[in-house]
Amino acid sequence: MHIPDGFIGPSISAAAGLTAVGGFGLALRRAGHYLTDRLVPMAALVAAFAAQMINFPVLPGMSGHLLGGVLAAILVGPWAGYIVMSLVLIVQALLFADGGLSAIGLNIVNMGLMGAVGGYLIYRALFRLGGSRPSTVPRFAGVAALVSLPLAAMGFALEFAAGGTVESISIGSVFWAVLGTHILIGLGEGLITYLVIGAVMRSRSDLVYGSPTFGGLRSEELVS
Amino acid sequence: MSKGIALFGVGVLITLVIAIVVSQFASTQPDGLEYVAERGGFIETADDHALAESPLADYGGDSTPNLMVSGLVGVLATFGLGYLVFSLAKTGKTTARG
Repeated sequence: MHIPDGFIGPSISAAAGLTAVGGFGLALRRAGHYLTDRLVPMAALVAAFAAQMINFPVLPGMSGHLLGGVLAAILVGPWAGYIVMSLVLIVQALLFADGGLSAIGLNIVNMGLMGAVGGYLIYRALFRLGGSRPSTVPRFAGVAALVSLPLAAMGFALEFAAGGTVESISIGSVFWAVLGTHILIGLGEGLITYLVIGAVMRSRSDLVYGSPTFGGLRSEELVS
Repeated sequence: MSKGIALFGVGVLITLVIAIVVSQFASTQPDGLEYVAERGGFIETADDHALAESPLADYGGDSTPNLMVSGLVGVLATFGLGYLVFSLAKTGKTTARG
Protein backbone atom coordinates (compact mmCIF):
# COMPACT_ATOMS: atom_id res chain seq x y z
CA MET A 1 0.00 0.00 0.00
CA HIS A 2 3.06 2.24 -0.15
CA ILE A 3 2.60 4.83 -2.90
CA PRO A 4 5.71 5.16 -5.11
CA ASP A 5 6.93 8.42 -6.66
CA GLY A 6 5.00 9.46 -9.74
CA PHE A 7 1.51 8.09 -9.05
CA ILE A 8 0.24 11.36 -7.59
CA GLY A 9 1.11 14.85 -8.87
CA PRO A 10 3.31 17.33 -6.98
CA SER A 11 0.60 19.65 -5.63
CA ILE A 12 -1.42 16.92 -3.90
CA SER A 13 1.82 15.27 -2.72
CA ALA A 14 2.97 18.59 -1.25
CA ALA A 15 -0.41 19.19 0.41
CA ALA A 16 -0.24 15.73 1.95
CA GLY A 17 3.35 16.45 3.06
CA LEU A 18 2.23 19.60 4.88
CA THR A 19 -0.69 17.72 6.46
CA ALA A 20 1.67 14.96 7.62
CA VAL A 21 4.14 17.45 9.14
CA GLY A 22 1.36 19.41 10.85
CA GLY A 23 -0.11 16.18 12.15
CA PHE A 24 3.30 15.11 13.46
CA GLY A 25 3.71 18.35 15.40
CA LEU A 26 0.23 18.01 16.87
CA ALA A 27 0.79 14.34 17.67
CA LEU A 28 4.09 15.13 19.46
CA ARG A 29 2.34 17.66 21.69
CA ARG A 30 -0.69 15.47 22.40
CA ALA A 31 1.33 12.29 22.93
CA GLY A 32 3.67 14.27 25.18
CA HIS A 33 0.73 14.77 27.55
CA TYR A 34 0.33 11.10 28.24
CA LEU A 35 3.71 9.50 27.52
CA THR A 36 5.34 8.22 30.68
CA ASP A 37 8.77 6.75 31.35
CA ARG A 38 7.47 3.24 31.00
CA LEU A 39 5.47 3.94 27.85
CA VAL A 40 8.54 5.23 25.94
CA PRO A 41 10.30 1.85 25.43
CA MET A 42 6.92 0.22 24.78
CA ALA A 43 6.10 2.77 22.07
CA ALA A 44 9.54 2.27 20.52
CA LEU A 45 8.98 -1.50 20.52
CA VAL A 46 5.57 -1.03 18.90
CA ALA A 47 7.31 0.97 16.16
CA ALA A 48 9.82 -1.84 15.60
CA PHE A 49 7.00 -4.41 15.52
CA ALA A 50 4.77 -2.37 13.21
CA ALA A 51 7.74 -1.99 10.87
CA GLN A 52 7.58 -5.73 10.20
CA MET A 53 5.11 -5.34 7.36
CA ILE A 54 5.73 -8.81 5.99
CA ASN A 55 3.74 -9.48 2.83
CA PHE A 56 1.36 -12.42 3.11
CA PRO A 57 -0.41 -14.05 0.14
CA VAL A 58 -4.01 -12.89 -0.37
CA LEU A 59 -5.06 -13.89 -3.89
CA PRO A 60 -3.16 -15.67 -6.64
CA GLY A 61 -0.87 -12.91 -7.87
CA MET A 62 -1.54 -10.54 -4.98
CA SER A 63 -0.18 -10.09 -1.47
CA GLY A 64 -0.93 -7.78 1.42
CA HIS A 65 1.03 -6.61 4.43
CA LEU A 66 0.26 -5.66 7.97
CA LEU A 67 -0.43 -1.96 8.29
CA GLY A 68 -0.23 -2.02 12.09
CA GLY A 69 -1.96 1.33 12.58
CA VAL A 70 -4.88 0.18 14.73
CA LEU A 71 -2.61 -2.24 16.59
CA ALA A 72 -0.23 0.61 17.46
CA ALA A 73 -3.01 3.07 18.33
CA ILE A 74 -4.75 0.65 20.70
CA LEU A 75 -1.46 -0.23 22.43
CA VAL A 76 0.03 3.27 22.83
CA GLY A 77 -2.82 5.65 21.99
CA PRO A 78 -3.82 7.30 18.71
CA TRP A 79 -1.29 10.15 18.81
CA ALA A 80 1.70 7.95 19.63
CA GLY A 81 0.25 5.54 17.06
CA TYR A 82 0.38 8.27 14.42
CA ILE A 83 4.02 8.99 15.37
CA VAL A 84 4.82 5.24 15.17
CA MET A 85 3.38 5.02 11.65
CA SER A 86 5.21 8.17 10.53
CA LEU A 87 8.58 6.90 11.78
CA VAL A 88 8.05 3.46 10.23
CA LEU A 89 7.14 4.97 6.86
CA ILE A 90 10.12 7.37 6.94
CA VAL A 91 12.54 4.52 7.77
CA GLN A 92 11.02 2.32 5.05
CA ALA A 93 11.31 5.03 2.40
CA LEU A 94 14.86 6.07 3.36
CA LEU A 95 16.47 2.72 4.19
CA PHE A 96 14.54 0.25 2.07
CA ALA A 97 13.31 2.38 -0.87
CA ASP A 98 9.76 1.26 0.03
CA GLY A 99 7.37 4.13 -0.69
CA GLY A 100 8.45 7.12 -2.78
CA LEU A 101 10.35 10.00 -1.18
CA SER A 102 7.88 12.50 -2.65
CA ALA A 103 5.03 10.25 -1.46
CA ILE A 104 6.04 10.04 2.24
CA GLY A 105 3.36 12.61 3.12
CA LEU A 106 0.71 10.73 1.13
CA ASN A 107 1.64 7.46 2.81
CA ILE A 108 1.60 9.04 6.28
CA VAL A 109 -1.84 10.57 5.62
CA ASN A 110 -3.22 7.23 4.41
CA MET A 111 -1.63 4.84 6.90
CA GLY A 112 -1.07 7.15 9.90
CA LEU A 113 -4.01 9.55 9.81
CA MET A 114 -6.64 7.38 8.09
CA GLY A 115 -5.27 4.01 9.24
CA ALA A 116 -4.10 4.61 12.82
CA VAL A 117 -6.08 7.65 14.04
CA GLY A 118 -9.18 6.95 11.92
CA GLY A 119 -9.05 3.26 12.78
CA TYR A 120 -8.77 4.11 16.48
CA LEU A 121 -11.89 6.30 16.30
CA ILE A 122 -13.76 3.38 14.72
CA TYR A 123 -12.47 1.12 17.48
CA ARG A 124 -13.68 3.53 20.20
CA ALA A 125 -17.12 3.84 18.60
CA LEU A 126 -17.54 0.07 18.24
CA PHE A 127 -16.17 -0.60 21.73
CA ARG A 128 -18.68 1.78 23.31
CA LEU A 129 -21.59 0.43 21.28
CA GLY A 130 -20.59 -3.02 22.46
CA GLY A 131 -20.80 -2.07 26.14
CA SER A 132 -17.14 -1.12 26.90
CA ARG A 133 -16.23 -4.47 28.48
CA PRO A 134 -12.49 -5.28 28.68
CA SER A 135 -13.15 -8.77 27.33
CA THR A 136 -14.37 -7.24 24.05
CA VAL A 137 -11.18 -5.20 23.40
CA PRO A 138 -9.49 -7.78 21.10
CA ARG A 139 -12.51 -8.44 18.88
CA PHE A 140 -13.34 -4.75 18.33
CA ALA A 141 -9.64 -4.10 17.76
CA GLY A 142 -9.73 -6.79 15.06
CA VAL A 143 -12.83 -5.35 13.39
CA ALA A 144 -11.43 -1.80 13.44
CA ALA A 145 -8.14 -3.10 12.01
CA LEU A 146 -10.05 -4.79 9.20
CA VAL A 147 -11.89 -1.53 8.42
CA SER A 148 -8.66 0.52 8.62
CA LEU A 149 -7.32 -1.10 5.43
CA PRO A 150 -10.19 -0.03 3.12
CA LEU A 151 -10.12 3.31 4.98
CA ALA A 152 -6.45 3.84 4.09
CA ALA A 153 -7.19 2.64 0.53
CA MET A 154 -9.94 5.26 0.27
CA GLY A 155 -7.30 7.84 1.18
CA PHE A 156 -5.29 6.68 -1.82
CA ALA A 157 -8.40 6.73 -4.06
CA LEU A 158 -9.15 10.34 -3.05
CA GLU A 159 -5.54 11.39 -3.69
CA PHE A 160 -5.61 9.58 -7.03
CA ALA A 161 -8.85 11.33 -7.96
CA ALA A 162 -7.41 14.73 -7.00
CA GLY A 163 -3.86 14.32 -8.26
CA GLY A 164 -3.48 11.14 -10.30
CA THR A 165 -1.00 11.57 -13.14
CA VAL A 166 -2.97 9.52 -15.70
CA GLU A 167 -5.95 11.10 -17.43
CA SER A 168 -7.39 8.09 -19.20
CA ILE A 169 -8.27 5.97 -16.17
CA SER A 170 -11.72 5.77 -14.62
CA ILE A 171 -11.48 6.98 -11.03
CA GLY A 172 -14.51 4.89 -10.13
CA SER A 173 -12.91 1.62 -11.20
CA VAL A 174 -9.71 2.42 -9.27
CA PHE A 175 -11.79 3.32 -6.21
CA TRP A 176 -13.70 0.01 -6.21
CA ALA A 177 -10.58 -2.01 -7.03
CA VAL A 178 -8.47 -0.62 -4.17
CA LEU A 179 -11.44 -0.87 -1.81
CA GLY A 180 -12.10 -4.50 -2.71
CA THR A 181 -8.50 -5.67 -2.55
CA HIS A 182 -7.93 -3.93 0.78
CA ILE A 183 -11.02 -5.45 2.38
CA LEU A 184 -9.42 -8.82 1.59
CA ILE A 185 -6.06 -7.71 3.02
CA GLY A 186 -7.98 -6.29 6.00
CA LEU A 187 -9.11 -9.80 6.92
CA GLY A 188 -5.46 -10.70 7.60
CA GLU A 189 -4.87 -7.40 9.38
CA GLY A 190 -7.93 -7.97 11.58
CA LEU A 191 -6.87 -11.49 12.51
CA ILE A 192 -3.30 -10.50 13.43
CA THR A 193 -4.50 -7.47 15.42
CA TYR A 194 -7.08 -9.62 17.25
CA LEU A 195 -4.42 -12.19 18.20
CA VAL A 196 -1.74 -9.69 19.30
CA ILE A 197 -4.11 -7.47 21.31
CA GLY A 198 -5.65 -10.60 22.83
CA ALA A 199 -2.23 -11.86 23.94
CA VAL A 200 -1.24 -8.51 25.50
CA MET A 201 -4.66 -8.17 27.20
CA ARG A 202 -4.19 -11.60 28.79
CA SER A 203 -0.72 -10.83 30.16
CA ARG A 204 -0.73 -7.06 30.89
CA SER A 205 -4.08 -5.38 30.17
CA ASP A 206 -2.88 -2.31 32.10
CA LEU A 207 -0.47 -1.61 29.23
CA VAL A 208 -3.23 -1.42 26.59
CA TYR A 209 -4.16 2.23 26.03
CA GLY A 210 -7.44 1.39 24.33
CA SER A 211 -8.68 -0.75 27.22
CA PRO A 212 -10.58 0.55 30.29
CA THR A 213 -8.02 -1.41 32.34
CA PHE A 214 -5.19 0.88 31.13
CA GLY A 215 -3.02 1.98 34.06
CA GLY A 216 -1.34 5.07 32.59
CA LEU A 217 -2.34 8.58 31.58
CA ARG A 218 -4.63 9.32 28.66
CA SER A 219 -4.90 12.09 26.14
CA GLU A 220 -8.01 14.13 26.96
CA GLU A 221 -8.03 15.99 23.68
CA LEU A 222 -9.20 13.04 21.65
CA VAL A 223 -12.30 11.07 22.66
CA SER A 224 -11.45 9.69 26.08
CA MET B 1 7.09 -4.43 37.01
CA SER B 2 8.98 -7.68 36.39
CA LYS B 3 6.00 -8.95 34.39
CA GLY B 4 6.20 -5.77 32.33
CA ILE B 5 9.87 -6.44 31.61
CA ALA B 6 9.01 -10.05 30.72
CA LEU B 7 6.35 -8.87 28.27
CA PHE B 8 8.82 -6.38 26.81
CA GLY B 9 11.43 -9.13 26.38
CA VAL B 10 8.92 -11.41 24.68
CA GLY B 11 7.91 -8.53 22.41
CA VAL B 12 11.56 -7.88 21.44
CA LEU B 13 12.10 -11.58 20.75
CA ILE B 14 8.98 -11.95 18.59
CA THR B 15 9.85 -8.77 16.67
CA LEU B 16 13.38 -10.06 15.95
CA VAL B 17 12.11 -13.50 14.90
CA ILE B 18 9.60 -11.92 12.49
CA ALA B 19 12.22 -9.52 11.13
CA ILE B 20 14.99 -12.08 10.63
CA VAL B 21 13.23 -15.45 10.13
CA VAL B 22 9.59 -14.98 9.10
CA SER B 23 10.65 -12.30 6.60
CA GLN B 24 12.32 -15.07 4.55
CA PHE B 25 8.90 -16.48 3.79
CA ALA B 26 7.22 -13.20 2.84
CA SER B 27 5.22 -13.20 -0.38
CA THR B 28 6.95 -11.51 -3.30
CA GLN B 29 3.70 -10.99 -5.19
CA PRO B 30 2.62 -7.37 -5.78
CA ASP B 31 0.64 -5.88 -2.88
CA GLY B 32 -2.95 -4.65 -3.21
CA LEU B 33 -2.04 -1.23 -4.56
CA GLU B 34 0.53 -2.54 -7.07
CA TYR B 35 -1.97 -5.19 -8.17
CA VAL B 36 -4.63 -2.56 -8.89
CA ALA B 37 -2.06 -0.31 -10.60
CA GLU B 38 -0.95 -3.19 -12.86
CA ARG B 39 -4.50 -4.19 -13.76
CA GLY B 40 -5.64 -0.58 -14.08
CA GLY B 41 -2.73 0.28 -16.37
CA PHE B 42 -1.10 3.03 -14.34
CA ILE B 43 1.81 1.09 -12.80
CA GLU B 44 4.17 2.63 -15.37
CA THR B 45 3.49 6.12 -13.98
CA ALA B 46 5.64 5.09 -10.99
CA ASP B 47 9.13 6.61 -11.12
CA ASP B 48 12.19 4.67 -10.02
CA HIS B 49 12.91 5.26 -6.35
CA ALA B 50 15.65 7.84 -5.84
CA LEU B 51 17.39 5.41 -3.47
CA ALA B 52 16.78 2.29 -5.59
CA GLU B 53 20.54 1.66 -5.77
CA SER B 54 21.11 1.82 -2.02
CA PRO B 55 22.35 -1.44 -0.45
CA LEU B 56 19.14 -2.27 1.42
CA ALA B 57 16.69 -1.10 -1.29
CA ASP B 58 13.69 -3.40 -1.53
CA TYR B 59 14.84 -5.02 1.76
CA GLY B 60 18.04 -6.21 0.11
CA GLY B 61 16.34 -8.18 -2.68
CA ASP B 62 15.63 -11.86 -2.13
CA SER B 63 18.91 -13.29 -0.84
CA THR B 64 18.63 -14.79 2.64
CA PRO B 65 21.54 -12.90 4.31
CA ASN B 66 20.41 -9.57 2.80
CA LEU B 67 16.87 -10.07 4.10
CA MET B 68 18.22 -10.97 7.55
CA VAL B 69 20.41 -7.86 7.66
CA SER B 70 17.49 -5.72 6.46
CA GLY B 71 15.25 -7.15 9.17
CA LEU B 72 17.80 -6.46 11.90
CA VAL B 73 18.62 -2.97 10.61
CA GLY B 74 14.90 -2.17 10.36
CA VAL B 75 14.26 -3.23 13.96
CA LEU B 76 17.25 -1.26 15.28
CA ALA B 77 16.43 1.85 13.22
CA THR B 78 12.74 2.01 14.13
CA PHE B 79 13.35 1.16 17.79
CA GLY B 80 16.19 3.68 18.09
CA LEU B 81 14.34 6.45 16.27
CA GLY B 82 11.16 5.67 18.21
CA TYR B 83 12.99 5.74 21.54
CA LEU B 84 14.58 9.08 20.67
CA VAL B 85 11.39 10.77 19.42
CA PHE B 86 9.17 9.47 22.22
CA SER B 87 11.76 10.46 24.86
CA LEU B 88 11.86 13.98 23.41
CA ALA B 89 8.05 14.16 23.21
CA LYS B 90 7.61 13.16 26.83
CA THR B 91 7.07 16.29 28.85
CA GLY B 92 8.90 15.42 32.03
CA LYS B 93 6.47 12.92 33.47
CA THR B 94 7.58 9.84 35.32
CA THR B 95 5.74 6.59 35.82
CA ALA B 96 2.04 7.23 36.32
CA ARG B 97 -0.58 4.97 37.78
CA GLY B 98 -4.34 5.25 38.05
